[in-house]
This record gives sequence, structure tokens and C-alpha cells, in this order.
Amino acid sequence: MDTILKTALKYRTYWGKEGGITVSGGEPLLQIDFLTELFQRAKAEGVHTTLDTSGNPFTREEPFFGRFKKLMDVTDLVLLDLKHIDDVQHRVLTGCTNKNILDMAEYLSEIEKPVWIRHVLVPERSDDDVYLEKLSAFIERLDNVKRVEVLPYHTLGAFKWKELGMEYPLKGIEPPTKERIENANRILKTEKYKFNRRK
Amino acid sequence: MAQFEQWTGFRGKLWKEEVNVRDFIQNNYTQYEGDESFLEDPTEATDKLWGELQKLQKEERAKGGVLDMETEVVSGLTAYGPGYINEEMKDLEQVVGLQTDKPLKRAFMPYGGIKMAEQACTTYGYTPSKELHDIFTKYHKTHNQGVFDIYTPEMKKARHNKIITGLPDTYGRGRIVGDYRRVALYGIDYLIQQKEADFVESERHGMKGTDFRLREEISDQIRALKGMKEMAAVYGFDISQPAKNAKEAVQWLYFGYLAAIKTQNGAAMSVGRISTFLDIYIQRDMEKGILTETQAQELIDHIVMKFRMVKFARIPSYNELFSGDPVWATLEMAGIGMDGRHMVTKNDYRFLHTLENMGPSPEPNLTVLYSSHLPENFKKYAAYISVKTSSIQYENDDVMRPVWGDDYSICCCVSATQTGKEIQFFGARANLAKCLLYAINGGIDVKTREQVGPAYRPITSEYLDYDEVMERYDAMMEWLSKLYVDTLNMIHYMHDKYYYEAAEMALIDTDVRRTFATGIAGFSHVVDSLSAIKYAKVKVIRDEDGIAVDYETEGDFPRYGNDDDRADEIAVWLLRTFMSKLKKCHTYRNSEPTTSILTITSNVVYGKATGSLPDGRKAGEPLAPGANPSYGAEKNGLLASLNSVAKLPYEQALDGISNTQTISPGALGHDDDERKNNLFHVLDGYFDQGAHHLNVNVFGTEKLIDAMEHPEKEEYANFTIRVSGYAVKFIDLTREQQLDVISRTCHDRM
Repeated sequence: MDTILKTALKYRTYWGKEGGITVSGGEPLLQIDFLTELFQRAKAEGVHTTLDTSGNPFTREEPFFGRFKKLMDVTDLVLLDLKHIDDVQHRVLTGCTNKNILDMAEYLSEIEKPVWIRHVLVPERSDDDVYLEKLSAFIERLDNVKRVEVLPYHTLGAFKWKELGMEYPLKGIEPPTKERIENANRILKTEKYKFNRRK
Repeated sequence: MAQFEQWTGFRGKLWKEEVNVRDFIQNNYTQYEGDESFLEDPTEATDKLWGELQKLQKEERAKGGVLDMETEVVSGLTAYGPGYINEEMKDLEQVVGLQTDKPLKRAFMPYGGIKMAEQACTTYGYTPSKELHDIFTKYHKTHNQGVFDIYTPEMKKARHNKIITGLPDTYGRGRIVGDYRRVALYGIDYLIQQKEADFVESERHGMKGTDFRLREEISDQIRALKGMKEMAAVYGFDISQPAKNAKEAVQWLYFGYLAAIKTQNGAAMSVGRISTFLDIYIQRDMEKGILTETQAQELIDHIVMKFRMVKFARIPSYNELFSGDPVWATLEMAGIGMDGRHMVTKNDYRFLHTLENMGPSPEPNLTVLYSSHLPENFKKYAAYISVKTSSIQYENDDVMRPVWGDDYSICCCVSATQTGKEIQFFGARANLAKCLLYAINGGIDVKTREQVGPAYRPITSEYLDYDEVMERYDAMMEWLSKLYVDTLNMIHYMHDKYYYEAAEMALIDTDVRRTFATGIAGFSHVVDSLSAIKYAKVKVIRDEDGIAVDYETEGDFPRYGNDDDRADEIAVWLLRTFMSKLKKCHTYRNSEPTTSILTITSNVVYGKATGSLPDGRKAGEPLAPGANPSYGAEKNGLLASLNSVAKLPYEQALDGISNTQTISPGALGHDDDERKNNLFHVLDGYFDQGAHHLNVNVFGTEKLIDAMEHPEKEEYANFTIRVSGYAVKFIDLTREQQLDVISRTCHDRM
């Protein structure tokens, strides 16, 4: 814990007014107690804290929910991946439901926690105009979104599956074209949110 | 107190009582905190002239790098009549004056050494004049001859074995920046009067050799000033009086610089800190309503075009050291004044904007004197220009200002000198990596098998012992530092004698302060090697003669460039130790010894002459450039690497600590807006820790590889990259150097 924070603080001079620490994964919420303590210490040092999550572990049930609230007390910004707006498609893509993830987005909106919504654009999987429109409508209902990002899928990670001798699940899928990336940006209105960045 | 009508509207008093350009600037400059939206596009004249110049540059490249060369006329202030980019378009040129009679034609400059001047000609297929050969061999000695007349056998051997290397004994030492602004502010006649007064002052009781030398130098300076007036008259200008408007100020100042590059072919011929100064004239004309922004930008575009045209005839061994035809027409902007006011003016934007109006270019070597306290708009614009062009460098004003004040110029890549008050004696480099090998092998050079260093006891153990190596290394560095300084003393004595920079010195105070700029090569390799010996096990591989030729390192060890104090402390120790040894030596003309960690592109040739090292670098491989961590050593991303370099104390390396980094655009942000914001935060963070210098490249390795394979593509004609200490057109590098650049770390994460 001390080493992590100390190492992070070595880079403090580069942060400017807007920077801080971002914890990503894996899924950081799986180690929520450790994370909360790290963010508590960071806040004590006056450091901006960001959580990068898929939202997958979220539930309004205890004991998780209580812990999550405690974490949110010391979290300044959440980067939330919304992989698919449709529950069935989300299950196909990830094996899990998206209900609790969308619920998390709504909860964060209720408590007015600043959020960046990120959508990974995978051709044939999460690049359908109809679903993008739905996703956009969902995002528009939230009050706390500071930024929407389209992250074009890339194949840089494919070698990891190969190294592990596993079948690459997105085999044969090429990164999205420039036109499709622009299309997704347009539907998700990313430009509009650009001016809502972290204050 | 002098008074000229050309000064109407200027404030201040001190600068009228003495030659004091700094005081003039401080009293008259206008800060600018807005953004770049006021900037104007190039004029039709600029487009035409630049188009013409690009044609010439293309032709030059097609002819193997040299468009034309002089073989009959010795270069001098008045050796030629007027020359223009294109005779038919001469009325379009807002700023005139060429080094010779034709654009990009290289002058014949024999005073540094007739042999080199002739070799430069024959290399490119020109036949040097027989008559000039006779004059400079039979009747007039040159700098190079002078040096070799007095070198000791030990110096020749050390030089031949390249433990001291890249010495300015076969080329002009350069790095002297005349205060070219003086020509504009005071006019030549006033400057002559001041030098004449100095000449009278120099008369003392019981005069001796050093007094005679000074009197002769002042006389030479006065002659040079008179020559400058004649030179300007060739172009139809009378520069005896101060400049009366912005156009004249730009032209007068350029004539001062032109005098320098007509008479000297130093490795670095810097322009100096002219941006804020010229802004004062532009601002005055704009307030009077006699100059528009378009015209102001045109003036700046045109003087920059001239700086892009500076050429010298070079020999192949020189090109190996300093690849891609650089001249270091270094030009500074921004910085903070001693009173705390930032010195950013609109003109700083205009100079950066030349890279948009006329595309990227290695020259002039645009240098931002950086501080996190500069206006945010300016930091963003500079970062934006870096992202777009990779053509500019940053130096930390916050560490330089306490040492050099607020009117210093960068006289080469990273070295500061107070403008018009100071010069430096440039001294190339000592190869400290090679010195480590000498320590292990008892002074024997592993490549040539010559006994170059003193025959101290070699290390004979199978595994290297840290304490033993440190003891031997210390003794060998002691020897090297003394020999190195003695050699440089001889070089500078002879340079003063046979190749004195009269024109530049005429624009510098007579009572000049001098620094003695030594340098270090192989820095990161010594650090990593010592770290390997300390933290891992290093086994020595010896040949049948018992000479250590290679090393096998077992186990891991911390490397410089990862923000790991164990390695970084060795780096600081190395710098301090070498510097303290240099300080023990007597330096020529009581100059103050300094050192730099800077190699230019010479890291490739230096590496060729250096055997295998305990850090794993094999014999002949390039050394890492400047103060950069070694290739492949950086494992923790860009910021960790920057943190390591930032630990080196600038006070111990006042001649500069050069760091060159390449960041892939993706790592810096999703779009240009995000990239410029992230880049200026990186700069703030790095420089706020006291780091000195950063060359910023923003491109990926793929682009370099493509440019190497397809240099004919239009997009690569002006593709500029920063290398250690300067910028260069990538396609002008040798293939070997291109490969070296490609193999350097391109950070794809922060």
C-alpha cells in the first residue's frame, strides 16, 4: 500500500491541475477494501482518484453496497465501460448480464458522481446503429456524464491468447473502419460531452 | 548619453549610456498572454520564395548533398557581390544576404585548415584552387596546422584511439554567439566608437603578451565592424546608424549574423535570443500603424528562410560526427525575466508559426526556454507545434536563469552563454565508457592494443570487484581529465591565433567572460556497467593476451532510466566526479570549466571505437546519445525515464544535459487537443524537478521505417526529427544513423 502510493506520488509533478491516480484492472472492484484504503490515503494527500471499472461486481445488495458507498466517498471520477446496451447481446459478448452495470450507472447518476462512459467498438459485436442509438438514449438520461469515449477495438492483445495456447474469441474480426468510428462518435454524441470534462 | 532619432518611442536610460541590449529589452517588451488566433498565413511572396528554395533543396539532395561549392575565392565579409534566392524574385525578399553569390552554394573557408577545406571540395567532385593551396601551405598557416605543430605524442595517441574525440581541431570551434541585436539597436558606427574606447582603455603600464593579444584582437574587431558596413553596402544598405523600423531591425540583425557565417564555419553558429528583441520593433511599428500582422509574419518568415539556408563545406569525418548537415542556427524564445515577468511575446508565436507556414525544418534550431510559469496558452501552442512537427526543443529556464540571468542564448544545442557578455571554448567529448575499459585493462586500448593510457595495474580477477574497479576507474579518469583539458587548451590557443572570430567578438563585450566546455560520452553505459558490477556478477572474458575483451553478466541489476535510485545515484556520482577532476586543471584564458552530457549524432562513431562493456552493450554498437538511458534499459515508461534524467544536477553540468525522447502519438492522447495538453503537463512535471533539456519527438517507429524505405515520398521531404541536441531531416541521415534512431525507445506508454 505504502509503496503503491509512494510510487504514484513520484509522478505528481506531471499531473498538473487535472491529474491524479487511476486504478484499472483486471477489475479493481474485486479488491474493494484495498482500493478504498488506497483512495482514502490518496485523498489525505490531496490526490485526485479515478476508478476504471466494468461495473460487473456491482449490486445494491449488502455487504457489497455498503462498501461501495464507502469507496465512492473517496472516488472523484469513475470510468465506466458499457460494452453493450442490450442484455442478451451483453450476455453473448461477456457471458454476464448488464442489468447491474446499467444500475450502477444509474446509481452513480443519483449520487451525482462524475463519470466517463466508455464504449469499446467491436465490428459485428457492438457496432450496430440500433443499439448504439439505445445506448445513446440511456446515456442522455444520466446527469453525471462528463465524457463519452468510443474506444476502437484493436488486435494488439491477440498474442496473449496465442501465448496461452487459447483460441482468440474475436478471431477474424478486424478493427473498425474510420467511417464506423466516426459513426459511433456521432451517435453517442462524444463531441457534445467533450466540453464537460473534469472541471 | 547617446541619442538617436531612430530610438524615438523606446523607454529606458541605461542602454543608452552603454551597450546593454538586455536593459533595452527589459524596458520595452510587451508581454503576450493570448492564444495563436492572431497569427497570419504566409504571403504570396513567402510561398513563392519558399517554393523556389524547396526546389533548390531538392536539387541539392539529388546532387548528393551539395548544390554548389566555391573553389577559387576565400570567404570573407566582402568576398562576393550580392546574392539572392532567385535574381528575378529579389524584390520579394524582405531580408537579403547570402553567404556566397548563389543560394546554398558553400564557401571556401581555409583558415581552420587548408587540408579540410580542400578535402571538402574533392569529396563532392570539386577541384580546389592550386593557388589557394600554395597560399595556405607556403605563406599562411592555419588553425589545424598550428594545433598539430604542438600536440604531444600522448595527445595524438589519445586522439587517434578516440578516447578524446570529436575535437574541434579539424573544424571551427563555433559556439560563439555575437550579439547580433547590437547592429540593429546601435548601428555599426556607435559600436566602433565603443571598441575604440576599449582599445584606449587596454593601454597599460608595463604591457606584456596578453595585453598585446587583446589590443590586436580589438583592432581585428574594429576592422570586422568596418567590413560589415561594406558587406551591407553591397546590398544597398547603410548600417552605420541604428535601425529605424522593424524591417530594418530584422535586416540589420541578419547582417550581423551573416558576417559571422561568412567568416566562420564553426560546428554551431547560433543566432541567439532575438525573438523578444525584434518584437519590440514590430510592436512599435504596429502602434504607429505602419506595419500589419501579415507584414510582421512575412519579416519573420523571411529571416527564418535565411536561417534555413546556412551551409558549410564539410568533410566526411565531420559528417559522421554531426550528421545531416546541421549548423545549429539556434534561436531562443520565451523564458522568464529576473523580475518575474514572463518574456513571451507575439513574436515567439510568429517564430513557431514559421513551422506551419513553411513546414517543418531542422533549422533554425528553435528552442523554447521553458518554465511551468509561462502563460498556459503559449505552453499549449508550443506543445501543439511539437506534436505537429517534432522540430523544437525545450530547455529549462528555471535552472538556467539563476546561473546565466535572463538574456542568455543557447550557443549550440543545450549550452547557455550570456548574450554579448560571454563566450565558451567548445571542447567536444571524453569517452568515459572507453575510460572504464582502460581502467580494467591498465590503459591498453582493446581495439588497437596500443598502450594509450598510463600502464596502471590491470584488473586480473575472474569476476569484477566493485571497489577495485572504482579505485582503478578513479585513477584513469584523473589521467584522462588532465590530458583532455591540456589538449583543449592547445586547440583554443591556436584557434585564437589563426582563426579568431573577429566579426562575432566585435559584437561581444571586450571584457568577456569565458567558459571551458568539456563533454562526456558514453554516460549511461558507464552507469549501467558500474551498476552491473555492484548488483550482479560480472565475469571477465579475456583473450590469449590477457586483455579483457568481453563480459558475462549473471543476474539482474538496476539500470539508469527507471527512476531507481540505486542506478541513478551512480549517474550523479559519475557526473560529480568527472567535473571535480576537470576543475583541478588550468584552463586557457582563465576560463571556467563546465561539462555537458551531450553527444550529437556522434554516439554512433564513438560507439564504433568502444569495446564491449559490462552492461551488455557489445563492441562497436552505438552509445546511447547524450544523457539518454541506454537502448532497451527503460522498462517503466516515459515518466520513469524522465525522472532518472531529472536527478542529474544541472549545477554540475552547466554546459547542458541533453535528453531526447520519442513518444508515439497514441500514448500522448486521442486527438491533438489532448496530446498538447498532456505534453505540456509532461514538460511541467519534468522541468519542475530541475531537469535541463528535452527534445520531443511525436511519431511512431513505423513512420521512421517507412521513411527509411521510401525517402522519395513527398511527405518525407521535410520530415524532421530531434536527435541529441539538434533537429535533422530524417532522410538526410546515413542509413546507419537511421537504424540507430529507429532502435531507440519509442514510448508507447507514459
